Amino acid sequence: MPNKLSRRSFMSHISAAALAAVVPMPAFALSASSAKSLVDKLVADINRVIDSGKSESAMLKEFERIFDRYADVPTIARYALGVEARRASAAQLREFTQVFQRYISIKYGKRFREFIGGKIVVDSARQIKSFIEVKTTAHLRGEAPFDVTFLVSDKSGQEKFFNLFIEGINMLLTERTEIGAMLDQRGGNIDAMIADLRKAS
Amino acid sequence: MNKYKRTFVGRTILIGFALSLTLAACTPVDPSLMTSGGVFDPYEDTNRNNHEFNRSIDRALLRPVGKGYSSVIPSDIQTSIGNFGDNLSEPSMAVNHVLQGDVVGFGVNFYRFLINSTLGMAGLFDVAAEFGVNKNDTDFGETLHVWGAPEGAYVELPLLGPSNERDAVGKFVDLFTDPLSHAIPSPEKYYGTAARVASKVGDRGRYSNTVDSVLYDSADSYAQSRLIFTQNRRFELGGGGSDTYSDPYSDPYSDPYEDPYAE
Repeated sequence: MPNKLSRRSFMSHISAAALAAVVPMPAFALSASSAKSLVDKLVADINRVIDSGKSESAMLKEFERIFDRYADVPTIARYALGVEARRASAAQLREFTQVFQRYISIKYGKRFREFIGGKIVVDSARQIKSFIEVKTTAHLRGEAPFDVTFLVSDKSGQEKFFNLFIEGINMLLTERTEIGAMLDQRGGNIDAMIADLRKAS
Repeated sequence: MNKYKRTFVGRTILIGFALSLTLAACTPVDPSLMTSGGVFDPYEDTNRNNHEFNRSIDRALLRPVGKGYSSVIPSDIQTSIGNFGDNLSEPSMAVNHVLQGDVVGFGVNFYRFLINSTLGMAGLFDVAAEFGVNKNDTDFGETLHVWGAPEGAYVELPLLGPSNERDAVGKFVDLFTDPLSHAIPSPEKYYGTAARVASKVGDRGRYSNTVDSVLYDSADSYAQSRLIFTQNRRFELGGGGSDTYSDPYSDPYSDPYEDPYAE
């Protein structure tokens, strides 16, 4: 017997779909294990790129995609601007974030590219304050293994990493220093700094 | 213990204590002179002059020689030269681990020196690492840290590069903490130093992209070097001692964890 869809059940299907769209899904809770699996995926993607044997420019494009997908770039960009973020216009902030995304993914992509022949292994995850610290170890040929740590948060609405440390060297602080120096050289002119950053990347 | 060794140990400890007293008088921290990265830098003008000097040396000499070294010398030989130099610094590190009361660290240095000097063909091969006993580096700067000396002001030393007052004193004391320098006759005792210098030159070539990006591509290479050195050093010291191992993110490292979402 053909399964005839009655008007009532049809309507209930529709409303269930509508309900699903309106009512938020159970809040996706940030946990050590969810953050760890995010970094697992991120590291698998990085390992895949460094194993691919592609040209430098092709790899850097891949790293830019990886950064876009896994990093909370607007938060990182805002932090890098520091106090200057407060006096930047919305348009300046938007443009800066865009240029910064390319700059930072190329800069860190170049570093990750030096991991060719090596591997990153995810070790552990734990909660610190409101975010999760995920520790990984980079094993490079002919070198003592070293520590790469990611900090993951869901405050942007999605689980993303917002900081990374290579042997204790903090990406957020390094970039705030760099962007601050660029602004100083341009007498605090945000537009000129954005133009410089565009050239640097 | 013969008289020779006794005077060596005695002298090392004496120099250490004398210098720790000097350190107690090292530049007091003035919060208004802290950089955004939490580095105390009251001698910025002098440091920047030294930085420019170091950069000119790098450009004219170290960078080209390093690049030549790393491209001409086969990488296996470079590794062996590095291993040889590292192996000869194990006794000095063992002395520092003793001064820090770090029994495990001392054991690691002792074992590595023993194994690598014999099975590792006079230190050319790092056999101990293959047995799972990896390097456990230390120096007198770390000893001073363990003894409670503060980091002091940031300094960039001519030729030696980024450091701080505590580590600069440590570097000086380490000229005397090497038991080998008292046991090995004169020209031979410089082989280790020569190998370490060669290995540093090789590193400059090997990591030339990374080093270049800091020294020549960044907007303010002095500020970048200062931040990178200080953070990396604090990280090493926080995670170095076995007693701090359970919580490597104690005080000196907690600052980087400030919450960007809170701003």
